[in-house]
Amino acid sequence: MSKANLLDRRQVVSTLLANRKDVVAIGGLGASTNDMCAAGDHARNFYLWGGMGGAAMIGLGLALAQPKLPVLVITGDGEMLMGMGSLATIGLQKPSNLSIAVLDNEAYGETGGQTSHTSAAADLVGVARACGIGDARAISTMAEVEAFAKAVHDVSAGPRFANVKIDSASLERILPTRDGTYIVNRIRGDLGFQPI
Amino acid sequence: MHARADAADTAPTWPDDIFATLQRFDVRQVPYVPDAGHSKLIQRVLGSSTMRGIALTTEEEGVALLAGAWTGGQRGVLLMQSSGVGNCINMLSLIPILRFPFLTLVTMRGEWGEFNPWQVPMGSTTQGVFELSGVQVLRASNAAEVPAVLEAAAAQAYNALTPTAVLLSQRLIGAKVFTK
Repeated sequence: MSKANLLDRRQVVSTLLANRKDVVAIGGLGASTNDMCAAGDHARNFYLWGGMGGAAMIGLGLALAQPKLPVLVITGDGEMLMGMGSLATIGLQKPSNLSIAVLDNEAYGETGGQTSHTSAAADLVGVARACGIGDARAISTMAEVEAFAKAVHDVSAGPRFANVKIDSASLERILPTRDGTYIVNRIRGDLGFQPI
Repeated sequence: MHARADAADTAPTWPDDIFATLQRFDVRQVPYVPDAGHSKLIQRVLGSSTMRGIALTTEEEGVALLAGAWTGGQRGVLLMQSSGVGNCINMLSLIPILRFPFLTLVTMRGEWGEFNPWQVPMGSTTQGVFELSGVQVLRASNAAEVPAVLEAAAAQAYNALTPTAVLLSQRLIGAKVFTK
């Protein structure tokens, strides 16, 4: 596809979360977690500021614990590459309520824009599919993003994976809370769990 | 990862004690990287209607999984062998940051009659890695002490949110026998 048509990451994430209803969303370390905050803070947003490579697995643990809730992981290509084995783990468990959207700018944007493996060789959609995630989409248009956002709410047909090609523009940082205990307990509270 | 020479009729019963304790503490998600020392417990988990065994590609996945499980209201336990502890180090930072209950059961290699020198470096640093990472270490060296150690570990992990690792010593599980 033409580089000129790459999507805007904030528009992609806003669209993914626009009609979120009961979705629990996990933002991977890096710009993805900022994008989620830019789309509007929410009690069911799980912002990661560390644990690189762990976003998809946090999503899996949540999805297995809450099988009726749609769980959406939004992360970057670098974060997904670091946790690539988790696609095999998810492909084995097949949680039907889990969706993963990778914002792929083919670069490590937070550390100086060094190119990532997806820029030249690695095909994350192919990896996801080869790991047993049948619904694995390469997305390059907003219409496809909208269709994926709708599919996220079907908790009987996942797991699903989307690799969304985005431009590499460095945007103003919209910083979510960094207090991990607050983040977890806010989601737990919203799901109806009491503190220990 | 390693087949041991145990015959089925001499299978130990301490894994059943572990399973019973985990059941009593309402553990629901059991991520694991296989080890011969954990094979009976993994079998029990995979046959259970209340626990879900989750095979991992690498142990750090399990740390992140348990964070997600707790956020969704479930307790879990991570099963691995000592060499896997090193694979977890950065992900262990999630535990104090997110403050979720963390219990891991680690079968030890690289000690007590070890044959394979390649197991020794990580086996020798397993306890130190946990302690530097803020995880308290308890150890079971013989079958008789397994129930009490598991009870204490599960209680402090789930009731007091004290990150806890139980090292199941090679003396307990038996050194791997290499035969030609």
